Amino acid sequence: MFDNPTLLKAIFGRLTLESLPLHEPIVVATFVVVALGGITLVGALSYFRLWSYLWREWFTSVDHKRIGVMYMVLGIVMLLRGFSDAIMMRLQQAMAFGGSEGYLNSHHYDQIFTAHGVIMIFFVAMPLVTGLMNFVVPLQIGARDVSFPFLNNFSFWMTAGGAVIVMMSLFVGEFARTGWLAYPPLSSIGYSPDVGVDYYIWALQVAGVGTLLSGVNLVCTIVKMRAPGMTMMRMPIFTWTALCTNVLIVAAFPVLTAVLALLSLDRYVGTNFFTNDFGGNPMMYVNLIWIWGHPEVYILILPAFGIFSEVTSTFCGKRLFGYTSMVYATIVITILSYLVWLHHFFTMGSGASVNSFFGITTMIISIPTGAKIFNWLFTMYRGRIRFELPMMWTVAFMLTFVVGGMTGVLLAVPPADFVLHNSLFLVAHFHNVIIGGVLFGLFAGISYWFPKAFGFRLDPFWGKMSFWFWIVGFWFAFMPLYILGLMGVTRRLRVFDDPSLQIWFIIAAFGAFLILLGILSFLIQIFVSVRRREDLRDDTGDPWDGRTLEWATASPPPAYNFAFTPVIHDGDAWADMKKRGYQRPLTGFRDIHMPRNTGAGVILAGLSVVLAVALIWYIWWLAIVSFVALIGYAIAHTFNYDRDFHIASSDVTRVEDERTRLLTANGQVG
Amino acid sequence: MSRLRTLVLLPLLASLGSCSMVVMNPSGDVAAQQRDLLVISTALMLIVIIPVMALTIFFAWRYRQSNREARYEPDWDHSTHLELVIWAVPLLIIICLGAVTWMGTHLLDPYRPIGRVAAGKSLTPGARPLEVEVVALDWKWLFIYPEYGVAAINELAAPVDRPITFRITSASVMNSFYVPALAGQIYAMPGMETKLHAVINKSGDYEGFSANYSGAGFSGMRFAFHGLNDADFQAWVAKAKDGGGKLDRSSYLELERPSENEPARRYASIQSDLYKAVLNMCVEPGKMCMSEMTQIDAKGGLGLAGIYNTVPLLYDKFARRGTVFGPAPSYVASICTTEEALAAATNAAQPALPTTFTPILGAGLQRPPAMSIRLPSRSATGAFRSPFNS
Repeated sequence: MFDNPTLLKAIFGRLTLESLPLHEPIVVATFVVVALGGITLVGALSYFRLWSYLWREWFTSVDHKRIGVMYMVLGIVMLLRGFSDAIMMRLQQAMAFGGSEGYLNSHHYDQIFTAHGVIMIFFVAMPLVTGLMNFVVPLQIGARDVSFPFLNNFSFWMTAGGAVIVMMSLFVGEFARTGWLAYPPLSSIGYSPDVGVDYYIWALQVAGVGTLLSGVNLVCTIVKMRAPGMTMMRMPIFTWTALCTNVLIVAAFPVLTAVLALLSLDRYVGTNFFTNDFGGNPMMYVNLIWIWGHPEVYILILPAFGIFSEVTSTFCGKRLFGYTSMVYATIVITILSYLVWLHHFFTMGSGASVNSFFGITTMIISIPTGAKIFNWLFTMYRGRIRFELPMMWTVAFMLTFVVGGMTGVLLAVPPADFVLHNSLFLVAHFHNVIIGGVLFGLFAGISYWFPKAFGFRLDPFWGKMSFWFWIVGFWFAFMPLYILGLMGVTRRLRVFDDPSLQIWFIIAAFGAFLILLGILSFLIQIFVSVRRREDLRDDTGDPWDGRTLEWATASPPPAYNFAFTPVIHDGDAWADMKKRGYQRPLTGFRDIHMPRNTGAGVILAGLSVVLAVALIWYIWWLAIVSFVALIGYAIAHTFNYDRDFHIASSDVTRVEDERTRLLTANGQVG
Repeated sequence: MSRLRTLVLLPLLASLGSCSMVVMNPSGDVAAQQRDLLVISTALMLIVIIPVMALTIFFAWRYRQSNREARYEPDWDHSTHLELVIWAVPLLIIICLGAVTWMGTHLLDPYRPIGRVAAGKSLTPGARPLEVEVVALDWKWLFIYPEYGVAAINELAAPVDRPITFRITSASVMNSFYVPALAGQIYAMPGMETKLHAVINKSGDYEGFSANYSGAGFSGMRFAFHGLNDADFQAWVAKAKDGGGKLDRSSYLELERPSENEPARRYASIQSDLYKAVLNMCVEPGKMCMSEMTQIDAKGGLGLAGIYNTVPLLYDKFARRGTVFGPAPSYVASICTTEEALAAATNAAQPALPTTFTPILGAGLQRPPAMSIRLPSRSATGAFRSPFNS
């Protein structure tokens, strides 16, 4: 039976034993390590009987706080994968000189740089940003949850499903060898006939559904669910940036979905959208993907700007300087981010007027961005700055990001771009803004809001270790790339001829090693903090003397966030309440209406993953079965009317009394 | 203090000087002007970047919590004057930079014939530029010199101070044609033509490469660029002419098959319409050129009749176009004009098809045994039955 090729093909599609990369020792070793780790994890969870707890309290949870935390965990786990790719690339490039081929063949190396880009953007930066927004925004606007709690759970699992598909490509088949944006014709069926590009397409399509729905959800939440009195111009800056980011998501991600759908049509049914000889054109792909791709950059950086604004204002003990101009700067960036996409391909032969137009619109973005930097600067002015970890990240960001911003404007000058496009200078530039901007922001945000999420602070010693390793590692890893770019070295090269380049690659690899220590310190920091949680505990709910509403409630916040919806009279709502001597209500609690947990999100996302895998491997029967199951289950779920419940007033009273006890024990009343 | 700083900076500068920053120190006038723009823009931006960095450090130090001397104004959050400065200073800089960009982009547009040989050195009136046709192949560069009737693989030569006009296309995927010492890059894209005008001012050997990832052999897609004085250039052309070898359609179809790290070599003669055929994706005989398609379309197209004008695709350089649900692979057949009928008759005598028909994957790697790719049909004798010579 098993030697019948037609039957095997009908059952397994393209999937055969040869699809397993058993000939790649590095992949096999990785697989063994991951498998052992996985078995240990599963074993431990089973041993401590945590499965049912995880399923009931986390996986099926529709609580925005828990979903936010799950996004963060996903982002951190994927950071480890994305960083492994990075350090493998740095090693290869540091070794492959003087006739040496390095230790990676092109088949493996080309997958690594593609996977590194895709994972870092879609499965590290996006989940971390979405996770923070999910956790913080409802608390900041005084809401009980997001507008559509089940959709939120479903969005998370779709994102996680996309990550599962990418991870699967490491051990079954291969990932794309096209670069992270998969330009045709290289990504067409002719030049990439293998499963790599299909893994790419379906991972992004599945995760894209999650991102888009979570964008819709958060826009709706911010627009409709703000506490009474919180007008648009009294919203915390982080909520403002979250709003703009989610508007960008809602407007940009459908373009990505569409362009990937067109590419899949080219690959599956032989349409010719992006081929030349039947009337299509690859330039359409390049334009469309960057019409999504450029706003994507701002999707990531705007929330980071929001975090820095909150952190600066809190740790300087001062109102944010120029709130209004900050809001308008954010909106201007949101709009302008749609008018600059062509600067990614000045070198593809557009005319001088077109290039100048897009170059100048790009430069104009630096004006509101510059205004933001000045606003943080003048928030520090006449402040009383506490250099806790979030503030350290902020100052490091301001010093690092301006350099990245400068090289960015430089690349926006088309004639300069002609000599620097696709060079390591460009690579250094976008790592300078994404690490120095987004990642530093996320670390600031994590150490800032961690006590809110878990009720204890992160250990400052290991936090500082992580901070210094990251900062120093960053400069060591990327300054050599700026220099190499000016030496005319292009990116994605696997082997080099010129021996004088090697020293710079060795320095860059050393920097990557320091960053590795930074990541390890971060993990140790979390571990140590959990161990020392009693020392680091914060019972007040307001460990940093915060200014916005999330610090008004307990840490971790109760399921219902606020027993009574607060009424807002000022921009810095909590600072204002503290100043006016706010008294926490102690009696008169009522039943609170809450959404009920459901496993539908996990099941729908699981079916989507099965469908994607079936489509990747041409297992048509499975594709049909999973598609029917997906649609069927989604319809069936609409008949589930058991969607809500009430937290009894007695339970609310019990929780609030406990908080009162803790606050009085600490000598506080508010 | 300043002496100390010099001492600290010296080894740093020395180490930077020892590495050849070709982008900052090019040998062609276009690249030199691009470098100038880079320096001017950086200087303009440093006007605001340096004060911001200095102020960040100063404020962070001055207003630290332990410094009780510093003023603390927790409610100070607005100043119209400051806001004006905050928005105006970057705006002014961007206005300057925008003006520089507008002029520089138009002046250094790669499509614009160059206006001077070097700073203070104008063009010789009536001098014809050197024309070079560039084809990016998997994974090597083909340079055709129509004026001299020669071609070279992975080797480009040009006389010093004579303007060069590049016409650039690609045979397969996107690449980017870049000689940092000469001028900025421009993409090489299949079925499309880009142009670059440049001039080299100093004789010497430079490096060129593809600056856009194009598959497995991308790292080896490098070529030597020789800037030669007139006599040496003539000698280079003469040597190519003496070397023998003809690049026609059939040898081109051999050449375009993927190969990595090709050594430089030359062809003494070329088929004159080859570049045009590559650009229009119709080197294979019997295939309609894109220029013809667009002409037909411009006149209203062939309507439904057009869909019958296709021929099953039997050979292609890659195992391509066979999608799972798609129609059988095919291509648009050329319509017989008188010239084409004559050409077809000539081709029938000598089929301009390559001698090997092993399908290969785009990555240039061993084909996994499990993936079967339909081979072209073969007759009992093993000879290929082409639709063109039957």
